[in-house]
Amino acid sequence: MSWVLENLDVIAGYTGSHLLQAIPPILVAFVLSLPLAKLANSRGWLRTGVTTTAGLMYAIPSLPLFVLLPGLLGTGVRSPLNISIALSLYGLALMVPAASDAFRSVSRDVLGSATAQGYAPSARFLQVELPLAGPVLLAGVRVVAVSTISLVTVGGVLGVPSLGMLFVDGFRRGILAEIGAGVVLTAVLALLTDALLVLLGRALMPWSRTSTRPRTRARPRTQAQTQPQTGPQTQAGSPSPAQSNAGRQS
Amino acid sequence: MIGFENVRKEYPGGTLAVEDFSLEIASHEALVLVGTSGSGKTTLMRMINRMVDPTSGRVHIDGDDVASLDPVQLRRSVGYVMQASGLLPHRTVLDNIATVPVLRGTSKNEARRRAHELMETVGLDAALARRYPGQLSGGQQQRVGVARGLAADPNILLMDEPFGAVDPIVRRELQQELMHLQRDLKKTIVFVTHDIDEAFLVGDRVVLLKPGGVIAQIGTPQEILSDPADDFVASFVGADRGIRALHVERVDGRDVVVDADGRAAGVLESRAAAGRGPAGDGPTGESTRGGQPISDQPASDTPTGGQPRGATSP
Repeated sequence: MSWVLENLDVIAGYTGSHLLQAIPPILVAFVLSLPLAKLANSRGWLRTGVTTTAGLMYAIPSLPLFVLLPGLLGTGVRSPLNISIALSLYGLALMVPAASDAFRSVSRDVLGSATAQGYAPSARFLQVELPLAGPVLLAGVRVVAVSTISLVTVGGVLGVPSLGMLFVDGFRRGILAEIGAGVVLTAVLALLTDALLVLLGRALMPWSRTSTRPRTRARPRTQAQTQPQTGPQTQAGSPSPAQSNAGRQS
Repeated sequence: MIGFENVRKEYPGGTLAVEDFSLEIASHEALVLVGTSGSGKTTLMRMINRMVDPTSGRVHIDGDDVASLDPVQLRRSVGYVMQASGLLPHRTVLDNIATVPVLRGTSKNEARRRAHELMETVGLDAALARRYPGQLSGGQQQRVGVARGLAADPNILLMDEPFGAVDPIVRRELQQELMHLQRDLKKTIVFVTHDIDEAFLVGDRVVLLKPGGVIAQIGTPQEILSDPADDFVASFVGADRGIRALHVERVDGRDVVVDADGRAAGVLESRAAAGRGPAGDGPTGESTRGGQPISDQPASDTPTGGQPRGATSP
């Protein structure tokens, strides 16, 4: 515990950069998923293709992706941008199928009636379809937010500053309190974000608790990837084959 | 005035919804399109506000071909009422009613003020203004739907089975109120239903449709009842089942109207006594329609020229 108190500034710094890496991918995944889902829903075969692709994309292990992406993008291995782009892809993999479900959950009758009242197509999308898809979209965003906040920790293995650095550093130096602080803070951050999203949903969609109930998508992912484990011998910033053999934490 | 000229509608895949339909609907009349499913009645109604475009033929409103009008502007100028599911579930009652005026550029405050008035017009408690549609009963939702259709004060009101989803007692109430409203407002109403009793109650004229939008008969309810064009019409209006074939029996000094099965449909009264019945104010003095069918015994219209009243009415 004393380690935590003595290193509050380090922890605060990591928490800040953790959030900076997590928030943009959540926003990017949400915004880009909307047109992609609309496109997917416009054709039956496209929807199946997109959903399958999204599922496969989420199955790509995160660490290899973090290592591969810089080669493709020309960014540095330790660049937070690299992490953010990888996490945006994972976010999209979760969010596109969720958004596709969300738009399909909107009643055709209500949309037809909105057209009959004289909504132009763009106004109908923004003022009717999008808000009515809101409850299911929110369920998707909640999964993406929690998943993204967990996945940011993997960057710690590469030496990208985040709460994940606390596990890596704690293992290397054998400081249990540091590992614990990393795990607990990551979980707290995820729970706080989730609570914030729920409150936001209540404020923006007061009607949703009176009628339609959102269908929540099952989380397709296990803890194994979101809480990556590295052996104590692993050097931060130098991924080695040893990492893939590393035992699981928690 | 609304006109259909040789309208045809074929859907991709070859389904023929409407074969060749022509009709003129006079201003201020309530015209009912009635038929079974597949008769093209809803398709025809939706051509008026361009929710459906005909494959060939023309639809015009007051001489303007609707195909030449901007569909969004056109829809804002034509009231549209459908079953309750058509309300916007994320908007309050007040904002649902204010939808079209707001789309037309009326300020939100002004539109809401007018929406409050309309709630009163259609018999909705002001306390419901802030509720969401999901919190209302079926009947209340239908009233909101009617108020929304009237909000921009359109000349034309399209009603697509508006009372189909509510129970018979509430439906009767809503139908009566619509007729009261129409007496004051004199809109041109195009009303779609599969319920012949509703058609006869609401319509100044009724168009009976066969599958494919083929007109089986056009006429006032009394014309159709007194002279069904063919067996199809006779069967549709129930003439062949005897529920429309009424006769008078003398019971305890009163004339009781009885159907072919011997069930009492109402009591015959002299015109003076029956003067305030709904039909008394109808467009034709000798009207026999407008009786109040009892829900479990839908016969009330009579070709005898008498003035039937629901046996249970005061």
